[in-house]
Amino acid sequence: MAVITYREALNQALHEEMARDPDVFLMGEEVAQYDGAYKVSKGLLAEYGDMRVVDSPISELGFTGLCVGASMAGLRPVVEFMTFNFAFLAIDQVINSAAKMYYMSEGQFPMPIVFRGPTGGALQLSAQHSQACETYYSHAPGCKVVTPATPADAKGLLKASIRDNDPVAFMEGELLYNLKGEVPEDDDYVIPLGVADLKNEGGDVSIVTHGKMVHVALQAASKLEKDGIYADVLDLRTIRPLDMDAILTTVRKTNRVVYLEEGWPYAGTGAQIVSMIQEEAFDDLDAPILRVTQADVPMPYAKNLELLAKPSAERVIEACKKVLYR
Amino acid sequence: MADATTKKKGAKTDVLKQYGVSPELALDMMRDMLLYRRFEEKAEEGYAIGKIGGFCHLHIGQEGACVGSIKPLRPDDYVMSAYREHTQAIAKGVTPNAVMAELYGKADGASGGKGGSMHIFDAEVRFMGGHGIVGGQVPLATGIAWKIKYRKEDSVVIVYMGDAAVNQGGFHEALNMAAIWDLPAIYVVENNEYGMGTAFSRVSKTDMTTKALPYGIPCSTVDGQDVLATYAHFRGLAEEVRGGGGPRFVNLQTYRFRGHSMSDPVSGTYRPTKEVEQKKAEHDPIVTLREQLFAAGHLDQDGLEVMDQEARKIAQDAADFAENSPPPDASQLYAHVWAEINANGRLFFDGRGEH
Ligand SMILES: Cc1ncc(C[n+]2csc(CCOP(=O)(O)OP(=O)(O)O)c2C)c(N)n1
Ligand SMILES: [Mg+2]
Repeated sequence: MAVITYREALNQALHEEMARDPDVFLMGEEVAQYDGAYKVSKGLLAEYGDMRVVDSPISELGFTGLCVGASMAGLRPVVEFMTFNFAFLAIDQVINSAAKMYYMSEGQFPMPIVFRGPTGGALQLSAQHSQACETYYSHAPGCKVVTPATPADAKGLLKASIRDNDPVAFMEGELLYNLKGEVPEDDDYVIPLGVADLKNEGGDVSIVTHGKMVHVALQAASKLEKDGIYADVLDLRTIRPLDMDAILTTVRKTNRVVYLEEGWPYAGTGAQIVSMIQEEAFDDLDAPILRVTQADVPMPYAKNLELLAKPSAERVIEACKKVLYR
Repeated sequence: MADATTKKKGAKTDVLKQYGVSPELALDMMRDMLLYRRFEEKAEEGYAIGKIGGFCHLHIGQEGACVGSIKPLRPDDYVMSAYREHTQAIAKGVTPNAVMAELYGKADGASGGKGGSMHIFDAEVRFMGGHGIVGGQVPLATGIAWKIKYRKEDSVVIVYMGDAAVNQGGFHEALNMAAIWDLPAIYVVENNEYGMGTAFSRVSKTDMTTKALPYGIPCSTVDGQDVLATYAHFRGLAEEVRGGGGPRFVNLQTYRFRGHSMSDPVSGTYRPTKEVEQKKAEHDPIVTLREQLFAAGHLDQDGLEVMDQEARKIAQDAADFAENSPPPDASQLYAHVWAEINANGRLFFDGRGEH
């Protein structure tokens, strides 16, 4: 296994899937000549040419719609949003067209298409450029949502997403692009969608989370160990399909759950998961489930306020102790 | 600033007269442009030492476009822009101190430190932001124009956008509405030829001047590196629009001397270093005006030095002010999410109990 960055892992996945299937193409702002705003598509233009690695105008609604149409007609587009903040301009085509087409047409038009790019905050990018967008997409039946936290997951899940026959919102983390990790070199390293991953084994409390927050959860878990508290950290990896079995397994083991997510609390991913746990494992709970989220405010710019707004390991630790009555 | 002289031999004519600009006003514009250059250089410095974070887009090279288009406006006119807006905010009347404090994320910033570089607002001087989504401000400004017409006022709104924004659907929808309803809006493309790393010619088959024509909006082109020409042009436009002439579209030609943002390269595969150097040498708006003023005898090197020292001092004072301003109080995290906290029902859901 090679140690590479999250960025390189995504790049490898794109490379391999484009080599494997001539119908796969990449379109988005600055993806070709500039190698992508975050350099994820580096070298692809030279390899695959300008019909398969395409610089678009700043026309999110337009190029997303174009790609959705191309998918309808049989191609397998990968749409890059420079960040998911800008995908709000295009969400009509994602939800109203891509996610519903297969159903509306009674199965005549499968819609293989990946919408990918970074979601969530970075550092001091302020309100319009720092928002976790997962739940807008997972809300709609017909749209799958994938949130890799590590280089290996990024690669294996992107390959699976490109091969999947449904629309997939593939949500990366801007602050993860430089993260290094071991990644299998195998061309067929595909991680099936819908399989969560236990990133840390404990037994006292379950921290369930996804995406970039996995790292905050791991930080919290290692600090908790110093207090003799051992936490399971369950990385959902994909929010829809959702690995409910893995969630129930950890709940039954620890009987105490904290859900951690980067986004806002109202109707967040955690709200869905908490609801399902109480439906399916009510008797296994020894404490109410707590959620740790971004403060329920738009992201402020000032460093001190931004720090207060973001979910932190400290808040996770506090929540874990609370569900443990410690 | 390059030292290259652009003075035409034997050009004795005072271009100020040609544009109907008094020497005092021209000197004032010189002062403004120098301030904006020095201010942005200070911001650049602040970013380099970590006082300013996030995305920071500088206006260096585009000072003429800024001064020339805002100077003719009245205090009750509105200005709205994208994220490259620091100096436009100052031009409309936001103090350099409040702008720099905003960049520093401090309590005395124009937006209390919550907005940052991309979101400077000042309702009092009718500077309407500071918007981060490319093209997003264009329909918003159209709504401001709607309000002006609705209330039968005689102000106008100027909205700036980059060249890349004309490929957004919202731009086209907004211009069409402004045209059919005769709204008092001036749509200004600050055409610096590139959207990030993409040359305009790569993303448009047609020239910028054609973009508003399908909607029946008159279009004009002006050289934003020539502040006097820009001023005279906008003075005329503002009066046409104020008089009920309907919307206008301006292709304001300019050039950015820095990278797209502080984290982007100045040049590279998307534009050759030579091109940037040539623009700096031959199309620096400050040099252009300097030569015009020197030629007409309204300014000499010593006078220019004095002005530049003043500009540097205001920029330094702004940085000092920002440095000494406190960070926003923690309680501000939950302030201004809602304009009205209703008597019944819950508005916050993070369970932190701090609000
Ligand atoms: C809807 C949207 N898409 C993409 C971006 C990322 N982005 C920010 S600025 C920019 C380039 C805009 O260029 P232009 O409109 O020419 O303005 P300039 O920066 O040259 O002033 C891009 C792609 C964004 N902010 N909003
Ligand atoms: Mg531009």
